[in-house]
Amino acid sequence: MLKTIRVTLAIVMLLIVTFLFVDFTGLAPVFGWSVKIQLIPALLSLNLVIVACLVALTLIFGRIYCSVICPLGVSQDFMTWLRGKVGQKKTRKNRFHWIPAKSALRWSVFGLFTALMAFGTVHASLRAVASLIEPYSAWGRIASVTVRPLYRLVNNEMLAYEAERQGSTLFYQVDSAPMSVIVISVAVITLLVVGLTAFLHGRAYCNDICPVGTLLGWISRFSLLRPVINLDKCNGCRKCERNCKASCINAKEHDIDMSRCVVCMDCIGNCSTGAINYGIRKRQETVKPKDPTHIKPSEAGEPDHARRAFMVTAAAAAGAAVASAKEKLTDGGLADIVEKAPRKRVVPVVPPGAKSVKNFTTHCTACQLCISECPNQVLRPSTSLDNFMQPVMQFDKGYCRPECDRCSSVCPVGAIIPLEDVSMRSAVSVGHAVVDRDACLEANGTSKCGNCARRCPSQAIVMVEDKNSTEESPRRFPAVNESACIGCGACEYLCPVSPVSAIHVEGREVHVII
Amino acid sequence: MSDKNIQTTNRSRRSFLKRAGQLAALTALTGCVPSGKSTDTVSTHSKKDGGMTYRTTPTTGDKVSLLGYGCMRLPKIDGSEEFDQEAINRQVDYALEHGVNYFDTSPAYCRGLSERCMGIALSRHPRDSYYIATKLSNFAPSTWPREKSIEMYHNSLKELQTDYIDYLLLHAIGGGGMESYNARYEDNGMLDFLINEREEGRIRNLGFSYHGDVEVFDHLLKLHDEGRLKWDFVQIQLNYIDWAHAKEVNESNTNAEYLYGELRKRNIPAVVMEPLLGGRLASLPNNLLAMLKQERPDDSTASWAFRYAGTPEGILTVLSGMTYMEHLVENVNTYSPLEPVSEEEDRLLQKVATMLLQFPTVPCTDCKYCMPCPHGLDIPAIFAHYNKCVNAGDIVTDEMDPSYAKARRDFLVGYDRSVPKLRQADHCIHCEECISHCPQSIDIPGNMDLINNYAETLKRKQS
Repeated sequence: MLKTIRVTLAIVMLLIVTFLFVDFTGLAPVFGWSVKIQLIPALLSLNLVIVACLVALTLIFGRIYCSVICPLGVSQDFMTWLRGKVGQKKTRKNRFHWIPAKSALRWSVFGLFTALMAFGTVHASLRAVASLIEPYSAWGRIASVTVRPLYRLVNNEMLAYEAERQGSTLFYQVDSAPMSVIVISVAVITLLVVGLTAFLHGRAYCNDICPVGTLLGWISRFSLLRPVINLDKCNGCRKCERNCKASCINAKEHDIDMSRCVVCMDCIGNCSTGAINYGIRKRQETVKPKDPTHIKPSEAGEPDHARRAFMVTAAAAAGAAVASAKEKLTDGGLADIVEKAPRKRVVPVVPPGAKSVKNFTTHCTACQLCISECPNQVLRPSTSLDNFMQPVMQFDKGYCRPECDRCSSVCPVGAIIPLEDVSMRSAVSVGHAVVDRDACLEANGTSKCGNCARRCPSQAIVMVEDKNSTEESPRRFPAVNESACIGCGACEYLCPVSPVSAIHVEGREVHVII
Repeated sequence: MSDKNIQTTNRSRRSFLKRAGQLAALTALTGCVPSGKSTDTVSTHSKKDGGMTYRTTPTTGDKVSLLGYGCMRLPKIDGSEEFDQEAINRQVDYALEHGVNYFDTSPAYCRGLSERCMGIALSRHPRDSYYIATKLSNFAPSTWPREKSIEMYHNSLKELQTDYIDYLLLHAIGGGGMESYNARYEDNGMLDFLINEREEGRIRNLGFSYHGDVEVFDHLLKLHDEGRLKWDFVQIQLNYIDWAHAKEVNESNTNAEYLYGELRKRNIPAVVMEPLLGGRLASLPNNLLAMLKQERPDDSTASWAFRYAGTPEGILTVLSGMTYMEHLVENVNTYSPLEPVSEEEDRLLQKVATMLLQFPTVPCTDCKYCMPCPHGLDIPAIFAHYNKCVNAGDIVTDEMDPSYAKARRDFLVGYDRSVPKLRQADHCIHCEECISHCPQSIDIPGNMDLINNYAETLKRKQS
């Protein structure tokens, strides 16, 4: 019964969190809470109410967080369950046994993680390394590179296709921002390492590596409710121990290591004599790990740093700089479009609500949720080490539209803080446009244009007449009113010069209200 | 031009199967039309068996079918830019078989491939079984020199696989005013060259097609009156909107009533283009559709427009760019024979015209003369989507409007479906390349802004 409740809640939570990563319809306000209650995001965003609630939850129920709320934990349970369904019959059951807690490893990893997070304020790449083992953002990256493309494929190729055929607008095509090779590699390696570990060794990752597991495990030792073995009823069959995926039951000693127990309730159901109950703790001496056994540091998804990411397409498409107005002799047909390339910027552009580049890089755990959420394909994982895998804004597929604040509404870690109101969006300047007059079609006399000025949502660009302009060759050039420019990227996106726009956005170190 | 654009053989299995299916459907349709013994229960339009209506030219005595085949919108292979030569051949065969004998093409049509496709299709039939109309489409300044224009003319003969042209037109005079006309035909002596070609028999009928500045139209008729040359025919835009409301659609247009009247005075036969106003008279808003259906429940709105265009006696032929077989079958049917529009019906159509003008559509006829836009926009597709929403009454600006949410979604989702994001109106940079090419003189950049601003408003204001 207890187990059924736990499994049901866990599945629902996993689906909700994962849905957030694949949804493109803007349901974040409905389901956003599911990521805001994750422990590390709550700590990073200094959401003390949630932290207090999670501590209280653990003090009462034990590490139920790991069994129900944490998406990475729940997905590991799935792998463990899967192992129980495949292979030779005798290897399926009774395959676990008691292992003393590897406290030294746990606390070393925890210490390192905390230090890296703390020193993240010194350099963001330190935090990026730490966030590799952070369970929530690890799951975010996994969902982003696996479930999301699949979900969109089904939407685009089946639902939207069918809807279009039937003239319905119920489903529609959604474009996805191109994925970063680095994020894909990191996510796949994490998935393989954590998945395989879970498949073979149950909750080993949660109990040996995961910093959240270590922290909650420490609190859980004092929890009020817990599984208790009734010595009167126990017949010493050790079935509970042999089926404990956390390897935390020492049946011989009738002891359960609460620092590792994730209160999955499996042992209660497995006990043929009903000797295990979930109830109020009895006075017992807490188990001391007898010998912190020799432990080999297991690698938890170190990314392949060697692999360099490329600025895609840029080099390939280089050359065809300006769409030249060829003389028209015949009718019809479509001109080829040279796609824009993502751009290297001196200062990265980070979303409105980030306050400053520093605030952003020191809070962000690169969970990719805002990237999944961005409807304009503006947010992309960075390939630079300075802000490894964290989102930065690119304007080759679209621009940061003034009516949208979805990234800030989902960010659980306080890297993007919600604006008071979406209308504030057009008052926050995250960058400013810079003009390359040599490349500009109108400034260099190639063609009439002025598209940047025409489409600027803040009217921050004016077309200025060149002093050398004559009546035969009238020339104007765009000038940016930096006090009005909000860095939305509309000018860069809509500039006809491609692949490298003649006007582009440089980020502001500190965002300003204009 | 490379041959790969015209596919004649090597069809993939999939398109073969599709083709086979269409053929089966086609047999069902074609089998019933000439005999009048309808075995086709799906098709609802009335079957007549009077045979095609013909008109005779005063100068050469040609017996021309009232339905003329416009070759500006030839069928393409599904989802590609390749023209479907097999479909073209089949449709030409069907047209000839059912009495259509006038084929109107141009060196500029279909990205310059129309003449070649038609040459392939028509040369499979005896040369005296059809009339070819083509044009001197020397719009681009680089083709203004005499030798370039002559080269274009000779190339038409080559592509069409013939040694004479039945109907040759100065293409779209009026665009660019007198200046452009003089540069294209007078200063380089091309008009005299063409008159000479007519004397030599390589051009049987000489005429012109007209859009835009009416001064040029009047000038050319003056030449006729003064005896400089005699025009054998003239091609004008005529339909029940343009008859008396051309100015309301577009300030620079001229009422067909005037144009036709001037030709009639001189007994010059008129060839009609845009009988459907770029397809817009084939897809009327529902309330107007109901008005026409009430009179003739089985007739399509397109057939009304064709009957209207074919009714005046001075009309030689009515051109229709029939991309699909079903259009051809229906139009052949409408004119076999023509049932002239009665005075009462004419009044009804004028009423429809007045009401249609209340819908602020962009007067684009999808002729694609503006294309390719050098900056990649799909101009006709943008206008088509906008017009579709206007006609459906789906243009809303007030977010309190109860239908706002649906109209907003229909417009935006439909916009992305019909035009890829990078080809949408916001990418128009006002380079103004297109303006001079538009025979309807539409302010394309201005309308791009209008549509983009509308899309922006919708995007910003969720209900």
